[in-house]
Amino acid sequence: MTKIRNEAIDQGRRRFLGAAAGAGAAVAGTAAGPAWGGSTLMDTMGSFFQDHYKRMSDEEIADAIGRIERRAKRRYGVDIICKDTPPQDDVVFGYALNISKCKGYRDCVSACVRENNLDRDSQMEYIRVLQMEEGTRNLEHSEHYYDPDTVPVEGKYYLPVQCMQCDDPPCVSACPVEATWMEPDGIVVVDYDWCIGCRYCMTACPYQARHFNWREPQIPAEEINPDTNYLGNRPRSKGVVEKCHFCTQRTREGRQPACQEACPTGARIFGNLLDPESEIRYVLEHKAVFRLKEELGTEPKFWYYTD
Amino acid sequence: MLLNFVRDGVAAMFRGGRSYWLWLGFLSLLVLAGVVAYGIQLNQGLISTGMSDQVTWGFYISNFAFLVGIAAAAVLLVIPAYVFHRKDIKSVVLIGEGLALAAVLSAMLFVIVDLGRPDRMLHLLPFIGRMNWPQSMLAWDVVVLSGYLLLNLGIPFYVHYCHYQQREPNVKAYFPFVILAIFWAISIHTVTAFLFSANTARPFWHVALLGPRFIATAFVSGPALIILVLQVLDRVTRYPVPRSVIQTLALIMTVSLQVSLFFVGVELFTDFYNETAHAASIRYLYFGLDGLASLAPWMWTALLMNLVAVTILTINPLRSQLRFLNIACVLAFVGIWIEKGMGFVVPGFIPTPLGEVFEYSPTAVEVTVSAGIWAFGALVFTLLAKSSIAIDLGDVRASEAADTTLTELRPS
Repeated sequence: MTKIRNEAIDQGRRRFLGAAAGAGAAVAGTAAGPAWGGSTLMDTMGSFFQDHYKRMSDEEIADAIGRIERRAKRRYGVDIICKDTPPQDDVVFGYALNISKCKGYRDCVSACVRENNLDRDSQMEYIRVLQMEEGTRNLEHSEHYYDPDTVPVEGKYYLPVQCMQCDDPPCVSACPVEATWMEPDGIVVVDYDWCIGCRYCMTACPYQARHFNWREPQIPAEEINPDTNYLGNRPRSKGVVEKCHFCTQRTREGRQPACQEACPTGARIFGNLLDPESEIRYVLEHKAVFRLKEELGTEPKFWYYTD
Repeated sequence: MLLNFVRDGVAAMFRGGRSYWLWLGFLSLLVLAGVVAYGIQLNQGLISTGMSDQVTWGFYISNFAFLVGIAAAAVLLVIPAYVFHRKDIKSVVLIGEGLALAAVLSAMLFVIVDLGRPDRMLHLLPFIGRMNWPQSMLAWDVVVLSGYLLLNLGIPFYVHYCHYQQREPNVKAYFPFVILAIFWAISIHTVTAFLFSANTARPFWHVALLGPRFIATAFVSGPALIILVLQVLDRVTRYPVPRSVIQTLALIMTVSLQVSLFFVGVELFTDFYNETAHAASIRYLYFGLDGLASLAPWMWTALLMNLVAVTILTINPLRSQLRFLNIACVLAFVGIWIEKGMGFVVPGFIPTPLGEVFEYSPTAVEVTVSAGIWAFGALVFTLLAKSSIAIDLGDVRASEAADTTLTELRPS
C-alpha cells in the first residue's frame, strides 16, 4: 500500500542528542562572545555557513542545536530543548479522520498552534477546518472562517484539512534546494535553516498545507512549548516555509499528535500503517475511506471516512 | 589589449550630452528608491508586500515571467541575422542582445527580491548549495537563465572586441554559440512556462497551451519593445536603423499577436463552454468570484488594448505608418504585460486549492522595488547600448597610440 522511499538517508547520522547535550550547549552559549545584531557573531557566522541537514556531521548538528537553543533564549527568554529524534524503524505514519464524528470545534487547531510554536500574530494554523454544505464535497462552497462557538450548524458538516503527508509529494519535487523531503517514517519535513523562502512548494501544494513566515514569528514567552524537535516544532525565523509534521517531537517518541489528543469527539485515528494490528489499519480495511484530490496522484497518507 | 577594451568600453558608457546624463540620473534615482523600498522589505519581512499564504506570488513573479519573455525575444533578431544572413538585421543584432542581457538580469532580480531568505541564495548553486535538479522546475529555471546570461555576455563581448580591434569576428568561432543561444532562448521561456504548468494543484496553469502561449506573447512584447527602442536610438544617436528591420519585426509581431489572441479564444471556449470547477480561476479573472473582481477591469483593458493593437497591425496601410505602428507597440506591450503578468500569475492562486477566494494587490513597497528593477534594467541597457554603438561606429577602437603609451610606460 504505502511505499517507503528510504532514500539515501544515513541512519548513522541520526541520534538522540537529548536534553544532556542540549543543556551543555546552552551553558556554553551564555559564555559566548558579544551581542551582534541580536545574536552573537559566532552564531551568526555559524548559521550562515550551516550545511544542509542531511550533509551535517554529528558535531555540526550538535552545534546547530546549540545555536537553536541559544537563539530561543535570546528571543523569548525561554530555555527550550531541541532534540534530533530519528525516525523509528518499520514505522510509516498515517492518519484517518471520521467526518461523521467531527463537529467543527476546532480544538485540534488550537492544540496544534500551542504544541508547534506557531506564530500568533499572523494566526498561522496548520489545520484548516472547513464548514461544508451537506450534499456536496465542493471545496469552493466551503466556509473557512465560521464561528466555532455555534457549531455544529444544521445542514453542515466539517472537513479538517492539514498536510496530507503525500507519498508522492509535489512540494518536495518543487523545492529548488532540497530544503524539504520525505522522511523514512513518511513525514514530509522542512529544514528551516536551509529554506530560501521562494514559496514554490506552496504553489505546488494542492491542500494549502504550507505556510510562510511573512514576518518574524511572535509567541508570548509563557506559551512557548520548550519540548522541540529539529525537523519539527523548533522556533522558526522569518522568511521560511513551515507545515504540519505529524508532531515529530511527540510521534517519534511513541506519543499521539497534539491534534489527535485534543479532539473531543474521537474523530481522529493516528498510527503506524505498517503495523497490521494498528487501529488505523483497521479503519482502512473496514471503512469506506476516501482521500482529498486523489486524482492528482499525490497519494495522501491522510484518509477520511464516515460511520 | 583586453584591459584596454574594457576600459575604453566602460569609458564610452559615461560620455554623453546633457540629456544623456539626465536620463542616467533619472534611472539612478528610481534604482535608489527601489533599494530603499527593498531595505524596508528586508527589515520587516515579506509582510510589507501584499502577498499571503493564499496568494504566495504576486507582482514580482508577474514581472519575472514577462521579462523572461522579453529576454527570449532577442532571438527574433538573432535568427534572421545569423541564419538567414539579413545584413540589415545583423547591423542591430547586438542591440537586441544587449536588451536580452538587461532583461534576463532584471528577471533574476525579480526572483531574488521575492525570496524570503535572500541571504541563503547560495543554496541554489550546485555543489556549494544543494540544487534539486532535475526534479525542481525552479532549479531548471536557475540553470537556463544563468546559461542565457552567459551566452548573451560572451557572444557580444567577443564580437565587440573584434570590432574594437577593427577586424571581422571569426564566424566559425562564435556561430556554434549563436545556434546554442537560439535554442537556449526558446528554452528559457518554455522552462518558465513549465514552472507554472507543472503545478497540478493550479488548474488555471496546468494546461499544455501555456508553453506556446508564453512564446507567442513573448514574440509580441519583445518586438514591440525592440521597435520602440530602435527608433529612439535612431533619433538620439548617429546609429542608422534600417527601416526594413522595423518592418520585419512589425510583421513578426503581427502574426504573434494574432496567434496569441487565438490562444486566448481557445482557452475561453474550453473553460466556459462546459464550465467545470477548474474554470474558477479564469472566471475570477474575467468576471470575479464571490463579488471580488479586482483583476477583471485590468484584464478587460488588456484585452481591449491587444484587440486595438492587432487591428492596427493587421491592416497593412496602418502598420506601415510609424505613428500607428508605435501606438500598436505601446498598446501590445502594456496589454501583454497585464495579461502575462498579474493577469496570469495571480488568478493561479484564486481560488486557493481549498476554495478560498482571497484577493491580492501589490503594496507601495512592491511597486517601488519593481520600478527600481525596471529602471536598473533600463540603466544596464542604456550603458551597454552606449558603448556598443560607440564601438560599432568606430568612435572607440584600439589605437596604436594607446598601445605605445603602455609600452612606453612599462620600462619607467
